[in-house]
Amino acid sequence: MIRKFIHLHSLREWLFIFTILAIATVLLPLFNILVPEESVLHVPNYMFALMGKYLCYALVALAIDLIWGYTGILSLGHGVFFSAGGYAMGMYLMRSVGKEGVYKSDLPDFMVFLDWKELPWYWYGFDSFIFTLLVILILPALFAFTFGYFAFKSRIKGVYFAIITQAMTFALMLLFFRNETGFGGNNGLTDFKRILGYSLQEPSTKMSLYIITAIILFLSYILSRYVVQSKLGRVLTAIRDAESRVMFSGYNTVHYKLFIWTLSAFLCGIAGALYVPQVGIINPSEMQPSNSIEMAIWVAVGGRGTLSGALVGAGLVNGAKSWFTVAAPDYWLYFLGTLFIVVTLYFPKGFTGIFARFNSKEKSKEST
Amino acid sequence: MRIFVLRKFLRMKQTCLLIKSRKSKTTIRGCKVIVQLFGVFVFLIVGIFSFSIAEANDFESSIKDLGNKSRSKIKLAVKRLGNIGNPAALPALEALKDNHLQISSDGSLIILNESEDQGRYALSGNPVDLSSLTLHKPRINNSVRRVLSMAIGKLKLTSDSPQVRLQAAGQLLKMPSTDLVELVEKTLDREDNDEVRKIFILVLAKEGLKSDDKNRRLKSLNIINEFGNNDFKTDLEALLEKDDTGNFLEGDSEIRDHAAKAISTIENRQFFINQAANLFYGLSLGSILLLAALGLAITFGLMGIINMAHGEMLMLGAYATFLVQNLFREYLPGIFDWYLVIAIPISFIVSAIIGIILERTIIRHLYGRPLETLLATWGISLILIQSVRLLFGAQNVKVANPSYLSGGIEVFHGVVLPYNRIAIIMFVVFVVISIWMLLQKTSLGLQVRAVTQNREMASCMGISTHKIDMYTFGLGSGVAGLGGLALSQIGNVGPELGQLYIVDSFMVVVTGGVGKIAGTVAGALGLGILNKFLEPVAGAVLGKIIVLILIVILIQKRPQGLFAPKGRMMDN
Repeated sequence: MIRKFIHLHSLREWLFIFTILAIATVLLPLFNILVPEESVLHVPNYMFALMGKYLCYALVALAIDLIWGYTGILSLGHGVFFSAGGYAMGMYLMRSVGKEGVYKSDLPDFMVFLDWKELPWYWYGFDSFIFTLLVILILPALFAFTFGYFAFKSRIKGVYFAIITQAMTFALMLLFFRNETGFGGNNGLTDFKRILGYSLQEPSTKMSLYIITAIILFLSYILSRYVVQSKLGRVLTAIRDAESRVMFSGYNTVHYKLFIWTLSAFLCGIAGALYVPQVGIINPSEMQPSNSIEMAIWVAVGGRGTLSGALVGAGLVNGAKSWFTVAAPDYWLYFLGTLFIVVTLYFPKGFTGIFARFNSKEKSKEST
Repeated sequence: MRIFVLRKFLRMKQTCLLIKSRKSKTTIRGCKVIVQLFGVFVFLIVGIFSFSIAEANDFESSIKDLGNKSRSKIKLAVKRLGNIGNPAALPALEALKDNHLQISSDGSLIILNESEDQGRYALSGNPVDLSSLTLHKPRINNSVRRVLSMAIGKLKLTSDSPQVRLQAAGQLLKMPSTDLVELVEKTLDREDNDEVRKIFILVLAKEGLKSDDKNRRLKSLNIINEFGNNDFKTDLEALLEKDDTGNFLEGDSEIRDHAAKAISTIENRQFFINQAANLFYGLSLGSILLLAALGLAITFGLMGIINMAHGEMLMLGAYATFLVQNLFREYLPGIFDWYLVIAIPISFIVSAIIGIILERTIIRHLYGRPLETLLATWGISLILIQSVRLLFGAQNVKVANPSYLSGGIEVFHGVVLPYNRIAIIMFVVFVVISIWMLLQKTSLGLQVRAVTQNREMASCMGISTHKIDMYTFGLGSGVAGLGGLALSQIGNVGPELGQLYIVDSFMVVVTGGVGKIAGTVAGALGLGILNKFLEPVAGAVLGKIIVLILIVILIQKRPQGLFAPKGRMMDN
């Protein structure tokens, strides 16, 4: 088993991956703690919240790459799974606020505001972190499984699947916007105080969350790499390229699609759960159809079907977003729109595609 | 020429005046005959004359008394005005009730308009310069207001205009007052307008419920049973109430039975009215969805292009309408109402041209790669939204209804059909028929259908498929532009207009089945009506969610939509 994992990458690649992991989880925190604040090399505190956010997005991109890049199923509804994980974590954080809310009540503030007298039944259990953890791990996957089971069984694919997932996220967004649904309505869940007893305002908590996110992203990457290089992964790629032939060869494609779809939602839910404590808010706008489409473009920019490309793409697009929204907010949508068009028209393999082409040119030069 | 017209105009005005004053003239003429016949009774005429002077004086002094410092005097004046029955007092009384009546320092009364920046004298009606005056309000309290509504009601009920009477009677039905009911009883026989009569009868029936005479009560119940609406339910239910010991408050069982019968009749009637209203609103929503989705049915259904920028084509059509409106307001204010007619071709052309440009530059490179098309067109939509936002601002812009589209007709009690929605239903019929004719009866339509069925074969037959692609996409976008024009008449126009409709449009096309205009029509109307029938049961948001879930289930059962072409379909 361990051997299989080792064989996923060459030695050089492993070294590269572990160097990056070490830089991210050890070196950067050290530069924050040891280097004095005046120094150029000092990594400021806010960087950890920001990078933690990017890592969550990278995890989402990884999940989408599994389903879209490797299996050819474009989902425009991953915002739902992201929000499901996020809301579960948000509910736990809300419960751990205790009586320190604005109204000094045992209930979350928005419930007091709505004049609710007791906790709705689906909020029970979120006082416990273990229970929350289980919900985060199971709920998005379970939801994806049910949805996927019906969709794949009736052979909905391609564009239809994309549109249906978009309708799903749209419907759930509308549902969560209602105050009566019991998840804070418009404003969502916010004003968190602490997680597992540690204050969320403390830089050390933020840094720990960032490190945890980085490690989980690393593990998810290894898991995904393992899946796509296994025999199952080959079948997935075959489904992407010629689904009918796979079916005629005697494979039940529904099982394969269902597995990867559920895994993708599972990872996405974890990303959402990690995102909420670092950003400090979860609201229904995460389920806007536009958000889910934006997630797809991260993968497209990085390069579909490469896993590492997805990570790079999420980082690049969101880095650009952070820069644009500060420097030239009016032009961010122009940039994003152009990115959508240019990538689909000219760089169907994304950033890693350019990189690979460049590499192969070098090699062909060497050989001549 | 001009003089002639002017003369004609004057003559018309004179005849108008004649018609107006005929009523009073006849009485005066009648007096004259009396004078000629009984010249000796001159004193009688003098008496009448002086009486009318006295009445006029009474009228003027009562109006003046509205500004009196003593509340009891105001009340007295209001009552007198109500008894005199001169409708000229109405503006002053209503102004007093709405706190628009002011007293200037010299004691004359001034009626202000709604925004309180213009005023006129209560007596003469001449405009007055407000800036030179110091004004204060007369002090009135609730008891004065009560007397006021009574007097206003009296004047309105005896007004010459049937509309005013109808309105007053309707109000009386909601808030009955004994004095006015007596007046209604007296004037009922003289009433010649059927609608007003009906309401008068209902008012009397409502009052009759309270009477001691059993026959009158039963008669009232029968009338309510026949004409009554929801407003009577509380009165009827009161008759069926029980006290704490479980005995009926109303002793007479016959009355109770009649009341119960009336309630069930009213409920039945209301049920049918509600269903009819739902049907209309559903049709209206369906027609809007249809307009939004028709363009998509062409680009997606016929060409297989997932155009996520379709919503923005709607938005561009709406903004084109907005621009045409502004041009008319600026340069042709005289025929402003006709801007909408001119906007129809313009909104079509604007969206069609932009659609064709997009097809030529971007989309044609992506044929056969639907998912990529989806992402690229999404990018296009972002750019279009941001461009419009930078050009016109992020705020919604206002597109006014032309005068002939504002307002509506009340078909049943409480069910108003707005003209703009009726117009949209007619417009969508026009658009659907045009598209159908274009696709079925023209050679362009024939070529479009040929390319849809078999691109290679069509190409072999000498059809320039690229050109047809361009035209088809232009047509789809142009129709979306028309949809935008229609949407501008019922809702806000803003950069995000298209985003609201994109999911719905796709749902309609997918439900109806791809490639069939008839399917799209059925899908849109079906979804619209379903939505409106679910709304009262489940609420607007939940209703929408239920519809979306139903669509997902439907697609599980029939992946190709309701109107799918039959055949073997392994891959799209």
